[in-house]
Amino acid sequence: MFDGLRDLLIGLLGKGDLADVLAVVVYCALPLVVILLYALFAILAEMKLSAWLQDRLGPMRVGPWGILQPIADILKLLQKEDITPTQADKKLYNLSPFLVFIGSYLGFAVLPFSAMYAGARLNVGIFYLVAVSGLVVVGILMAGWSSNNKYSLFGAMRSVAQIVSYEIPAGLAILSVVMIAGTMDLQTISKLQEGGVQNWFIFGGPKNLAGFGGATAWALAPVMMIAFLIYFIASLAETNRVPFDIPEAESELVAGYHTEYSAMKFALFFLAEYANMLVVSAVASILFLGGWNSPFGEFLGGPVMGLVWFLGKAIFFVMVQIWIRWTLPRLRVDQLMHICWKVMIPFGMATVLLVGTIVTWFAH
Amino acid sequence: MSNYIPLFLMLVIAFGFGAIMANLSKWIGPKKPTKEKLSTYESGMEPIGTTRDRISIKYYIVAMLFIIFDIEIVFLYPWAVTFDKIGVFALGEMFLFLALLFIGYIYILKKGALQWD
Repeated sequence: MFDGLRDLLIGLLGKGDLADVLAVVVYCALPLVVILLYALFAILAEMKLSAWLQDRLGPMRVGPWGILQPIADILKLLQKEDITPTQADKKLYNLSPFLVFIGSYLGFAVLPFSAMYAGARLNVGIFYLVAVSGLVVVGILMAGWSSNNKYSLFGAMRSVAQIVSYEIPAGLAILSVVMIAGTMDLQTISKLQEGGVQNWFIFGGPKNLAGFGGATAWALAPVMMIAFLIYFIASLAETNRVPFDIPEAESELVAGYHTEYSAMKFALFFLAEYANMLVVSAVASILFLGGWNSPFGEFLGGPVMGLVWFLGKAIFFVMVQIWIRWTLPRLRVDQLMHICWKVMIPFGMATVLLVGTIVTWFAH
Repeated sequence: MSNYIPLFLMLVIAFGFGAIMANLSKWIGPKKPTKEKLSTYESGMEPIGTTRDRISIKYYIVAMLFIIFDIEIVFLYPWAVTFDKIGVFALGEMFLFLALLFIGYIYILKKGALQWD
């Protein structure tokens, strides 16, 4: 599981336990570096993109072209007072930012960043990811309840209702990929999509898979496009992004579940939200858009370019999420539940059954 | 099993990072608590009523439906990995399984459990 970096460390330190242990530690700490660098970038991107979409300039004062604005924001948050309201349930209040962050950080463990790097290679990969992201729900509910503030509680209730509802269509969309791939290991799913854009799961998956050939895969393509659309919409809802941001509807709920939080605890919630955006975008690109594979087959491939492709695709979807945020209005809660339970879940079930039927029909 | 060791390490890293982050502002930031500052936020007014009030029953229904549907999907995962090796029989079973689920879905739809207002 530690093929690439482990070889490098063995070369440097000689064969032994030290190289192995170091490799594991580096592998586990790397996502943290990725998250922090990406968060700096995403905060600035959100400010700049929103400014352009509204015909403004955005931050221009801190550093050239305002690129140091996120760092200034973090320094400001560091100097703020850490407030725990007297009415709050102290233990739960202090624990919930951890849970939210851990929930999104543990998801990074199974993401294959490149052909030779995945923190942990589990045979239940995507299933594990869905499971640990459930921790975020617990954290949000704890935050809302322990704050002992009406706005926090309402925000948390809405958020949890929304996240758990949209987990069902997301699960069904993931299922359709697992059915074609025959595995839940994200690294294997990425490897299956090698050899160019036509082998990506959004176009029906690999055209040379044992059991069924190109015709079946092409027949699956329209179904998989619907599955991708379902997953993408559900992932917007799971990260509480517009148009599904009623948990943070500032005109009625102040700031939702983190109303009472200040200073770095607030920053932890914020970081977790951005990390979550990256996780769902990365999963969308692994499951449907080839992960670290180059769209041109061998051309511009390889482990290093794989990292570039993977992060490029993931960040592209983060940008799309930001773009949608500044374009669409907010949905009402009844509309939100209507779309989930009456549109997306039946469509999700239909995609699973269609994929099953097509694969069985052509393969047997 | 060795594949799961990194997960525990990542748990430790995430918790450690969270602990440092959460405590940084405690160490660096100012500490000037006042009674008003520590009171519950309600747009500058005295909080009206209690937070531990009744919550709409709809949230409860959504939670209940989520558990049912999510467990169904959890059952589908092991099937999805192996169904093409078993063949038509596995597909038939799944059609039956989802049909039962769909009857339940029609029932909650008719009962109005998915009607939010």
